[in-house]
Amino acid sequence: MTDSRPQAKPLATGSSPSLEAPSHSGPIRAVKLKHPWRTVIAVAIIIFAVLFIIDASQRTAYDWPSVGKYIFDRRVSEAALNTLQLTIYSMVIAVTLGIILAIMRLSPNPVFKSVAWFYLWVFRGTPVYVQLVFWGLLAIIYQSIDIGIPFMQPWVSFQTTAALNTFTLAVIGLALNEAAYMAEIVRAGLLAVDKGQEEAATALGMTWFQTMRRVVIPQSMRVIIPPTGNEVISMLKTTSLVTAVPYSFDLYTRTRDISAETFNPIPMLLVASIWYLLFTSILMVGQYFLEKRFARGVGDRKPEKGERTGPFTGALTTVRDASTGSTALPIADKNGGDSR
Amino acid sequence: MNDVSHAMPMVLAEGVSKSFGSNEVLKGISLSVAKGEVMCLVGPSGSGKSTFLRCINHLEVVNGGRLFVDGELVGYTQKGDTLFELHPKQAAAQRREIGMVFQKFNLFPHMTALENVIEAPLHVKKMPKAQAIARGKELLDRVGLTDRMGHYPAHLSGGQQQRVAIARALAMDPKLMLFDEPTSALDPELVGEVLDVMKGLAQSGMTMIVVTHEMGFAREVADSLVFMDGGVVVETGIPREIISNPQHARTQAFLSKVL
Ligand SMILES: Nc1ncnc2c1ncn2[C@@H]1O[C@H](COP(=O)(O)OP(=O)(O)OP(=O)(O)O)[C@@H](O)[C@H]1O
Ligand SMILES: [Mg+2]
Repeated sequence: MTDSRPQAKPLATGSSPSLEAPSHSGPIRAVKLKHPWRTVIAVAIIIFAVLFIIDASQRTAYDWPSVGKYIFDRRVSEAALNTLQLTIYSMVIAVTLGIILAIMRLSPNPVFKSVAWFYLWVFRGTPVYVQLVFWGLLAIIYQSIDIGIPFMQPWVSFQTTAALNTFTLAVIGLALNEAAYMAEIVRAGLLAVDKGQEEAATALGMTWFQTMRRVVIPQSMRVIIPPTGNEVISMLKTTSLVTAVPYSFDLYTRTRDISAETFNPIPMLLVASIWYLLFTSILMVGQYFLEKRFARGVGDRKPEKGERTGPFTGALTTVRDASTGSTALPIADKNGGDSR
Repeated sequence: MNDVSHAMPMVLAEGVSKSFGSNEVLKGISLSVAKGEVMCLVGPSGSGKSTFLRCINHLEVVNGGRLFVDGELVGYTQKGDTLFELHPKQAAAQRREIGMVFQKFNLFPHMTALENVIEAPLHVKKMPKAQAIARGKELLDRVGLTDRMGHYPAHLSGGQQQRVAIARALAMDPKLMLFDEPTSALDPELVGEVLDVMKGLAQSGMTMIVVTHEMGFAREVADSLVFMDGGVVVETGIPREIISNPQHARTQAFLSKVL
């Protein structure tokens, strides 16, 4: 609105720009604003990067021939696969458990609330490395696992070492720790959903659980996914701590063990880094598609044929920005009439 | 209306009170809504209109008095002189019979118009999908949104969204519809289309309680008008009579502001 004021002034002073108005009515053709410093800085960075790459390719310490030799080494690629499995299994468990914990914390049931609170207190309050060492010592603390009624002859009893190998223990350790963080992410997501949504679902006769599953959780996904993507990538790297269990077939521990034999750690570090980067890139692509999926109804869905677009596009762009960048925007606003 | 007034009322409130902490919002509301009656509820902001509607739908728990919907006590079961709180599942079952329309529509933004409408029939009533879709299309047709079924709420105007919300509530075949300021969030030119749908609904014999500031609608469509202020019913009667000749000073003061 304010832009119209400078135009209004000459009108008031009596000149007649209104007669010339038709000449302004076409599409605006203006000289694009130039950003000379952007270009300068970009060129400087590119030069620097090229010099660095040329230098790195010739530096003997990096030992590129060794990198090439070990990058597809059977032991390394197997270890990379193990790391990927550790990440996926523990994240799947962590997300599931995190959703359960978050719902427990928000539920009207005080018992659930306290249990969830206690879980978070323990698992967020101690370092993951310490937790992994504890899981490794599980077999020493509890030699056998009994299932049955307390103080009675157990129905089933098995040796801890036989039942849980180090890989399983590593997954449990990573998952239970991560679940505490996921619970907070999920809780923030659930709280970001407008209260009116829960109310509308309740008024339709849906139970609390149905309301969560059908209405609240799907909407919270938009808020939950970006930080969860962060957590997955962070988990990929945290797997390098499983040596504490001790599980030694993950990517980092394996490459370190190899370099202990070859006395040449730098190329093995590069090998590990390349694999980590590869996986991270794949995960980022996955995250992109997930985010698109859950932006349904509020994201950048192409308008259908014959649908009016004009007044909506502005609001939709804002929403899209919010869904990919900061996610603090309350979802409610997009539902209200004011979103137009 | 005379023939229905002798039968059991759809809503019967006997001295209903409700407090939030020390803030007593409803101070003994008594009123009765007959089957097929359209009642408009008016009053200044903060007088407890929304709270009363939410009590009828058991979204809030009543602290005192008795509230009956279709002869059934809301929120409790009574055995002798003792009241027992309802299990959430039983409360949900009571709500299925009552449709509610909100000021801010509260459509589910991740579902299309049609998906919004069939959600509760599918997952609460466990209706077969084909049947739910057929019924959903019929309802959207009825509120004039035949060509908007596949649209997400963000791509609908406020008036269209509110009409979807009405269709969504109707999809559960309620015996009572509650409207909480259904047109207050709408641009003036969109108010009419929503009121038209509500008028059609009233003519079809639906029992309705409508919180609104639309005095034209109250005069034209409602069978009774209730003026609330400070958590009590100040005046109740035939809309035309109250609007043209309010008995209480508070009613007069309020009407002079909204008319
Ligand atoms: N959940 C709640 N917790 C505490 N106080 C509440 C709650 N809901 C409503 N109130 C209070 O109850 C009073 C009545 O609110 P209510 O929403 O019923 O008024 P209303 O008549 O619908 O007003 P309006 O026309 O503004 O919608 C207000 O003072 C409000 O602050
Ligand atoms: Mg209100």
